[in-house]
Amino acid sequence: MFGLEKKDWNLLLFVAALVALAPFILNPFPENSAMAQFNAGYPDLMQRFVIFGIFAIGFNILFGLTGYLSFGHAAFLGVGSYAAIWMMKLLTMNVIPAIILSVIVAGIFSVLVGYVTLRRSGIYFSILTLAFAQMSYSLAYSVLTPITGGETGLQPKVSDPRILDGAIADGTIPKANLFGLEMGASFDLSIAGWVFTFNAGYYIAAIVMLASFYLAIRIFRSPFGLMMRAVKSNQQRMNYTGLNTKPYTLAAFVISGMYAGLAGGLMVAMDTQAGPERMFWTASGEVVLMTILGGAGTLIGPVLGAGVIKYMENILSKINSDILHGWFAFMPDGMEDFTVAILYPFIGKGWHLTLGILFMLVVIFLPGGLVEGGQRIRALFGRGKAEDKPSTEPAE
Amino acid sequence: MEAIILQILNGLDKGSAYALIALGLTLIFGTLGVVNFAHGALFMIGAFCAVTLSRILTLSHTIVDETRTDFLGNPLKVEVPYVHDIFGVSTGDVIIDWAVPLSILFAIPVMIAIGIIMERGLIKHFYKRPHADQILVTFGLAIVLQEIIKYYFGANPIPTPAPDAFKGSFDFGQALGFDPNLIIYPYWRIVYFAFAMIIIGAVFAFLQFTTFGMVVRAGMADRETVQLLGINIDRRFTLMFGMAAAVAGLAGVMYTPINSPNYHMGMDFLVLSFVVVVVGGMGSLPGAVLAGFLLGVLESFASMREVLAVLPGLNQIIIYLVAIVILLTRPRGLMGRKGVMEE
Repeated sequence: MFGLEKKDWNLLLFVAALVALAPFILNPFPENSAMAQFNAGYPDLMQRFVIFGIFAIGFNILFGLTGYLSFGHAAFLGVGSYAAIWMMKLLTMNVIPAIILSVIVAGIFSVLVGYVTLRRSGIYFSILTLAFAQMSYSLAYSVLTPITGGETGLQPKVSDPRILDGAIADGTIPKANLFGLEMGASFDLSIAGWVFTFNAGYYIAAIVMLASFYLAIRIFRSPFGLMMRAVKSNQQRMNYTGLNTKPYTLAAFVISGMYAGLAGGLMVAMDTQAGPERMFWTASGEVVLMTILGGAGTLIGPVLGAGVIKYMENILSKINSDILHGWFAFMPDGMEDFTVAILYPFIGKGWHLTLGILFMLVVIFLPGGLVEGGQRIRALFGRGKAEDKPSTEPAE
Repeated sequence: MEAIILQILNGLDKGSAYALIALGLTLIFGTLGVVNFAHGALFMIGAFCAVTLSRILTLSHTIVDETRTDFLGNPLKVEVPYVHDIFGVSTGDVIIDWAVPLSILFAIPVMIAIGIIMERGLIKHFYKRPHADQILVTFGLAIVLQEIIKYYFGANPIPTPAPDAFKGSFDFGQALGFDPNLIIYPYWRIVYFAFAMIIIGAVFAFLQFTTFGMVVRAGMADRETVQLLGINIDRRFTLMFGMAAAVAGLAGVMYTPINSPNYHMGMDFLVLSFVVVVVGGMGSLPGAVLAGFLLGVLESFASMREVLAVLPGLNQIIIYLVAIVILLTRPRGLMGRKGVMEE
């Protein structure tokens, strides 16, 4: 169906179901229970799940398929954000033109960067992309302040022209919308202590994410995708057979840059602001972490990785020592303090430590990421063999 | 003229730090073939060795001084560092004052130990894995090390002053025959530059003039043949990793008075040091040192007011710009050897 094999179609349907039911799945605990802090079903976070999912899917098209490790991918996300916010300032608060422009601008920017950086490979490529991203960050931070707003970034203002929106009667800043449907609009459904929030912005982002996921499946299964895997496994041999690999790697780079731009545009659509810190190299590092953690070269891996990292960032970081003491209150006093003291560095503000350790463990023991972990567990229990899910096999 | 001299001097201290870190990175890359993203973290740990030692030296206990009273008329409580008890007041004060230079002695064994543990415990298992995996695992390690330091020392920079003898500035211009106060340069930066030169000289001398260094150089050129001669090259390379860690650590120790150490200083330097290594030429030790100083000085020239008036923001991007141009025109870097890291 839609040019997909049955297994890929099932995977897409699975992801679609997951995304559509996310407000239920992410809110497993009643509102007032002690576990409510583990609920991730609030609009802000759900939006971030899918947006970073898009970012990671795009990164995976470059890294997972061609093996080129870009350490500067956040630059495209940042450029996309700036393009989107300018569209909102100049034209209309409708998100469609903003997102379209962000994809186009990020695409053009990635053609420029890719043309230069792809002349080298391996570690040189990583450092060149890092250099470009850091340069964009520094420029956005300092010289380009008239365009980027410098340190404070950009927000829509009342005085902006907004040609298509016309004059605003009451002088308030209009909200980002899709033909009148505001991104922030949500509908609360409360059932016996559980509160589920359905947010318009989230579902729009989710639809975009599903479309990008579908596109990624098509790319993975296409002759073009196969060619990129060939580049990954042995570029030299491809060159010897008389094939110029440059157009393929450049195409992968640009597609992946456009995905990043799309994510940047959506980010602005959900939360109308843009700043240079989105281009900092730690942001580029984050998407690398997401993709590797989930499983580079697999379809579902990057989405999974993005979810895990964003969940940790938002939920794990909120736990403080009081909450920990609350959990271990059943233990004898000395033991309680001891347990809390052991756990404390890993949670709250120290969640990066947990992330770093988790990441190292994955790179050392599970080069295929969480997806490979899942496959190993399945194989362990003997029922579903690894062949059941060819769609999640690494691209190597 | 004096402006040019001043900018060259200003570039030297940062250039020294770049050169030292890049030297360590290249040592590791040249011997073990590993791209170490955790090298910046080693620089940072070195800086925190200095912080730790100065904290240890100022550990104090409280005594009640009967001869003096506070404003309420009670006997005054005075904090007395243990160092005073051991060495007497005047010697103790000198020791506390010289905490940063003393940290060199403290940092060398600590850094070598950390380096060897890192190599034996983690990096050893990554020789046969692709470069991307090495980058990723050391990147993860850098995050972990950084977070551990942040947990124990907090997120704020910790000021660690230089000894009093090196406070103040040296009027460089007057010594060269210019007007006074034109070219003034802090003493500690001169010390840092001299220190960097000594370390760089020591590393080169070690590699050039000792048997151990000779074997290591042979191993860098052809590992297999050296092994066939019955030499345990792996053990020597492990020691070289420890040495590279010590070089980065010492660079960090001495840098603390220039820039108060914080937990992310390593990463800030690492990104630039990688650029330095690539510009110098992957695997070339003189290239790394040369590129380190070159980029440090270039950066300082780019931040001159006259330059910024023409090309605003140049100081922020000059290093990356140079790296891009070099990589595209001289793919092997300034002094890169043939056949290193080429696909």
